[in-house]
Amino acid sequence: MTEQIIFFIFTLLVLGGGIGIVTTKNLYYSALFLSLTLSGMAGYFVLLNAGFLAAVQVVVYVGAIAILILFAIMLSRRMMTADEPQTNRQTWLAAIVSPLLFVALLVVVLQINWPLSTAAPTGDTLLLLGLSFLGSYVIPFEVISVLLLVALVGAIILARDTSTDTGRKG
Amino acid sequence: MTAIPLSWWVTVATALFVIGLYATLTRKNAIAVLIGLELMLNSANINFVAFNRYITPNQVGGQIFAVFVIAIAAAEAAVALAIIIATYRRRATVDVEDIDSMKF
Repeated sequence: MTEQIIFFIFTLLVLGGGIGIVTTKNLYYSALFLSLTLSGMAGYFVLLNAGFLAAVQVVVYVGAIAILILFAIMLSRRMMTADEPQTNRQTWLAAIVSPLLFVALLVVVLQINWPLSTAAPTGDTLLLLGLSFLGSYVIPFEVISVLLLVALVGAIILARDTSTDTGRKG
Repeated sequence: MTAIPLSWWVTVATALFVIGLYATLTRKNAIAVLIGLELMLNSANINFVAFNRYITPNQVGGQIFAVFVIAIAAAEAAVALAIIIATYRRRATVDVEDIDSMKF
């Protein structure tokens, strides 16, 4: 019962943040609602016995991605004004299609009889995660490291202001 | 077994996905489209971890994939925001309807 109450509180955070993102006209508030949703997700991960993921969620999503988005909004401030419309012409179409997709997905997913397991969850997920990352998942782990490095170098090159570049030509 | 049925998690994940889809489809600002994308990636993460917890509670395959999703989302956000900043500097707009020179 306690778990259900906690679940409802976090659902309020997650879905309330999501609704806030799509309804507010001020993009800055959208980004703040995004960090609300992401914090609620961290609570979900704790309920699902994934403590490490909850920490990663707070550090990477709330601490890095949400802040990065806030910075990008402040750097491109002109679109932040709330008096011009923030939505495009296909809003009504999306407002019809999205609930339909929601119902269709739920009808399909809730019909399936998942092979639920009643085994007790492992206490030490962090140990299992570490062993898996350096064991059977070592190749994807290294690939994702290289991907992150390449993406960040690429992001720096893309965002660099070349007009004020006084260094040697490269 | 926990007190929360699996269907609740699936419902929340679906709702979050649809909200993200709506934000992605309707918003004009490129950064708002990116926020919608992050919502959809997060709803996938709920599913990964919930199915991990309810179907294979003594393994961590779903959590590992969730970590991969978070890493890819971080890389994607960095590159996307760099492109948005570069576009804003060059064209003084972040409206996705104005950035259509690659449209066929």
